[in-house]
Formats: sequence, structure tokens, C-alpha cells
Amino acid sequence: MNLGKTIDILLVEDNPGDADLTREAFEDAKIANNLFVAEDGEEAIFFLKRVEGFKDAPIPDVILLDLNLPKKSGHEVLDFIKNDDDLRRIPVIILTSSEADIDILKSYNLHANSFITKPVDLEKFLDVVKTVEDFWLRVVKLPKQVAG
Amino acid sequence: MSISEDTPKHILLVEDNPGDVELTLEALAAGGNGYRVHVAEDGEEALEFLHKKGKFQDEPTPDLVLLDLNLPKKDGHEVLENIKLNSVLRNIPVVILTSSASHMDIKKSYSLNANAYVIKPPNLETFLDAIKAIKNFWIDSVKLYKTEQA
Repeated sequence: MNLGKTIDILLVEDNPGDADLTREAFEDAKIANNLFVAEDGEEAIFFLKRVEGFKDAPIPDVILLDLNLPKKSGHEVLDFIKNDDDLRRIPVIILTSSEADIDILKSYNLHANSFITKPVDLEKFLDVVKTVEDFWLRVVKLPKQVAG
Repeated sequence: MSISEDTPKHILLVEDNPGDVELTLEALAAGGNGYRVHVAEDGEEALEFLHKKGKFQDEPTPDLVLLDLNLPKKDGHEVLENIKLNSVLRNIPVVILTSSASHMDIKKSYSLNANAYVIKPPNLETFLDAIKAIKNFWIDSVKLYKTEQA
């Protein structure tokens, strides 16, 4: 469990409505957290490399990654993370409107930690975010909390 | 193909402690019956199950593996590595469920591409609560990729 520590979450999402909803859901979370939003795949990589205006960005504890993104796709971002020696242990949860088998398979093959299809219904979307929060923030031992 | 809502999902629990097996089965059973739990009592048996060897030839490929680390015959890290290096099995989510809070174990598990690492909570209530969270997330929320074998 990760009680007592503030958890840094990077949300990579280009849809402002979805980003706002996710942010609101995490603001209500029982576990203290900071949510950072990157609006496209390139910005996500800049954030993770701490370049281009992200020099003071924290290494996130958990990444929530959309697949269909401008500039660089979610699969490209995932591939970058899981091939980087310093970043590859960070759990990456795919959070996408896609439920295509090929997207699911490709994500797991690139070592996504899990794959979630965003429910269209608002209530269900909030339920799913709560489940993510309950499992990943409360129950899982996250690698950054033991880094070093 | 991915699994549809009404296909029962199969969980492989790899655990040598009978008490923990019983508790986990109880906690999972409390969450409904949309899945079947199979138990392997050591690392070798887990691999035989996953590779459908011998008496396991008719068993299904599990949708989710709950894996202890400290196991007889082959330890959890060996089982994890075998799964994640196998082109057929690697997309099965593996959740480490262990009493170890060792930083080395946590780091090694994520390095070997464990999907998540959960430390077994020490008391009954929190243990049941953790199993419920695992079930809510992995069984009810996540899209799994079903490895169908010809």
C-alpha cells in the first residue's frame, strides 16, 4: 500500500472533456495525488525525459495513456517507456475508447500493465476511474516508492 | 479474440500456503461466479499448467495469473520470466501477490514485466479487501486478451 505518500500520475489525453473528468475523479480520491496532463504523445515524452519546459517534472508513479493521440500515438509512447531503463518499471495503464483486439494485443505485447476501454456512459466512466484508483493507488506497491 | 462478457474467465492462483489459498478462494468466490480459479501449489506445477503439460493438457489458458514469489521447486520470478518471454503467454496479466516487501523483489518483478505488485496485507480484513480490489479491477474493468490455442 502507498498510504501517506503523494502519488504523481501522468495522464496522457488529448480530449479536454475526458481529462477534466479524470482529474475531478482523482481529486476526490482518498489517496493524495498530483495529476499532470500531457495533451499529445510528444508532450508525454518531453515530460518523461524532463525536457522542453518540463525540467522540474516529477517521475510519475503511474501513467494513464490514451492510444489515439496527436503527434505520437499511445503505442509509440508505450514503446518508448518500456524500452527506457529508468522508466520501464512505471505501470502504464491504457485508457482508451478503443476495444479493438489488435489494440489490446499490441498494448500487452508492448508490456502495457493493463488495458481499459473507457465506458461512454459518464457514471460508468467514473466507476472505472474509481476502480483504477482503488487498485493502483491503494492496493499496489508502486515501483517509484521503493526506487533507489 | 478477446473474451466476451459472458465467457467465464479463468484465474490461475500460484500459492503454496494452504491458508492463503483458502482465503483467496473465499474472497474471490464472494465476488460472484463469472470466473473459475485454478490453483498451482508450486512454480513447476504453474508452468506445467500454463504449458498444458501432462494432466493439464485439457486445462484452459488463464486470463489472469496471481503469483506468489516464494514458492517451492521454481520461484515466482522464474515463473514470471517464463510467461513474459513466451510469445503465446506474455500477454496474460500477472499480478504478484506476496508477503515480501523487499525492494529488490519489487524492482525485479517490475523489471520482468509483472503487471502489478501487491503485498499481502497482514490481517484478514485488509487481505480480503485487497483481493476484492484485484477482482474489481482485473476481472470487471480491464480488457483482457484471450489467447486461444488451436
